Amino acid sequence: MEKILFLAHTDTNGNLPKLALETLSAALQVQKGLAGSTLTVGLVGENVQAAADSVTACGAAKILSVRGADFGVSRYATDVKAIEALGAASGATVILAPATSRFARALPGAAFRLKAAIDTHISGIQITDGALQAQRWYYRQRMMATLTRAARPWILAVDSGVFPVWQGAKGSAKVEAVTVALTEKEKRTKVTGIEAPSADAQTIRPDAALLFVAGAGWTKKQMDGQTHVKEAEKLILDFLKSSKASLGSSKSLVDQGSEGEAVLPFMSHLNQVGQTGSTPRHPKGLAACCHGEEPHVVGWRFINERRAINTDANCGWAQGKADVLYVADAFTVMAKVNELLAKN
Amino acid sequence: MTTAFHIVVCGSLVPDPLQTLEPVQGPTGPGLKNEMMLPSVLDPWAGHSLFEAANLAKHHPGSKVTLLSLGPKAKLQQLMMTIAQKVPFELVCLDGSASGFVDSGEVAAALAGAIEKIPGLDKTKLLVFGGCASASRDAGTTMQMIAEQLGVSDVFLAVDELKVQPDGSFRILERIEGGQYQVSSCAGAPAVIGWATGNLPEPPNNPQVGMANMRGIMPSLQKAVPAAVKTDKIKFASVELPKQQRQTRIVKDTPVDEIAKEIVTWIKG
Repeated sequence: MEKILFLAHTDTNGNLPKLALETLSAALQVQKGLAGSTLTVGLVGENVQAAADSVTACGAAKILSVRGADFGVSRYATDVKAIEALGAASGATVILAPATSRFARALPGAAFRLKAAIDTHISGIQITDGALQAQRWYYRQRMMATLTRAARPWILAVDSGVFPVWQGAKGSAKVEAVTVALTEKEKRTKVTGIEAPSADAQTIRPDAALLFVAGAGWTKKQMDGQTHVKEAEKLILDFLKSSKASLGSSKSLVDQGSEGEAVLPFMSHLNQVGQTGSTPRHPKGLAACCHGEEPHVVGWRFINERRAINTDANCGWAQGKADVLYVADAFTVMAKVNELLAKN
Repeated sequence: MTTAFHIVVCGSLVPDPLQTLEPVQGPTGPGLKNEMMLPSVLDPWAGHSLFEAANLAKHHPGSKVTLLSLGPKAKLQQLMMTIAQKVPFELVCLDGSASGFVDSGEVAAALAGAIEKIPGLDKTKLLVFGGCASASRDAGTTMQMIAEQLGVSDVFLAVDELKVQPDGSFRILERIEGGQYQVSSCAGAPAVIGWATGNLPEPPNNPQVGMANMRGIMPSLQKAVPAAVKTDKIKFASVELPKQQRQTRIVKDTPVDEIAKEIVTWIKG
């Protein structure tokens, strides 16, 4: 029997992010699996009523909140204090929270203050012999562990795309406020804005159905002995525009700029997948001109259907890791793909 | 306004990413097969933080960089042979396990304790740098717990840029969802920064820097303090390699039109 706390923060519109609703599904799964467990919802935000109303049908015994203008922004010091207060007020033994950038930063600090154990990047939860077990990857998606802890409270930060989005009727929630007093020291940091690429230049789309991974081959000499970086740039951008895919990159491609080689100007380290990049979750992935094992073993771990285009039929990573390998010149294939997508 | 910093970079070794890793069960918990024999590299994100630290120190006279590493002493010595030529730093070494299966709370306690013991540490000038996550545990929790133990309330994670403003404050870019950056202004040191890749290339080897570093590194390695970090707080039911091996269909000697059509059908499907 556990006292479960589902923790979430609101987004800029006062609603819960999709990942929070996925985490609520996880929390309900734990509650169902551990007979006699209770569920409390804890919300952090400037105004949490809309968010509380959206989850009021989840069956939580109560909804707690830390709210106010100081908690409307993503700031470590205030977020830690809010989470600590909600953890203490709920008396939770198990805390499930979405691994958003905001909570990924704050949860470990709150764990320290609550004398809690914490595990992050949770990619699965199961109940075995009445005990809660969590799954997570180690060594950058190279091996998967199933683990449990005796220590309580135990905080689990849940990754996106693992659990279904919780759905339920909206209602009118009763929200108990938990008061948190802040000092000036906790407001030394001020959030001044968000830097986002313009809609046209946006190449990272977490909710896209397809991840397109571009490798360094796009900027290398082609069959005619020349590089065709401008052509590559147009082909990739046209493809992203027509397919609405998210763009990933190998490390070698984004590193080229700092090494003085020709670069694709819209590509940055933010696009990088693999060891020092992200491991995004998308239903499908298409790689082109990409020959390293790293982006595919690590960066593609959570891509369900994988296809690739390159000129080497014996490419080591493709064997056993991609579903289909097209041995062809990516420039000509992608030009034709763009043509067909434009017609559609 | 001239500001000098004492930048402590927390970074250790991880297995070379090109190595095939295999988990094994040891007497104290899971580990890697032939772990001590595996070639190691400086943890990539921690490496970026070290280069950023050196760059910041270079532009703020009076600043200094201390690299704080927790790992097996013999392997750290090998690692230092490769990174000592990159940038100037002093080394503080903790002799213990660098395994990814160790609880991050124990690692943070050991690192924070070592930071507190750095001679002449001025916390008002302290910046603690490190990777936003390691390539071993990949938890992204250690830096925050170090901050808590040191009483530092300004923490930033997945940082790609830190600029010191004329008034001594910091302008910091943190990665957030959707390929965006959150821009924050922090009043100044002390702060804890978990770096993503930053914006700097890996510095070329400089033998003079290497020689200067090694004069301090070897005594530091000899004075390494044992750190008894363990895995016993976590009970591992299993640690497995992913078993899924895909049956790759190779499509070759096929007209481009057919390939393109198949790809488009698949994308639309």
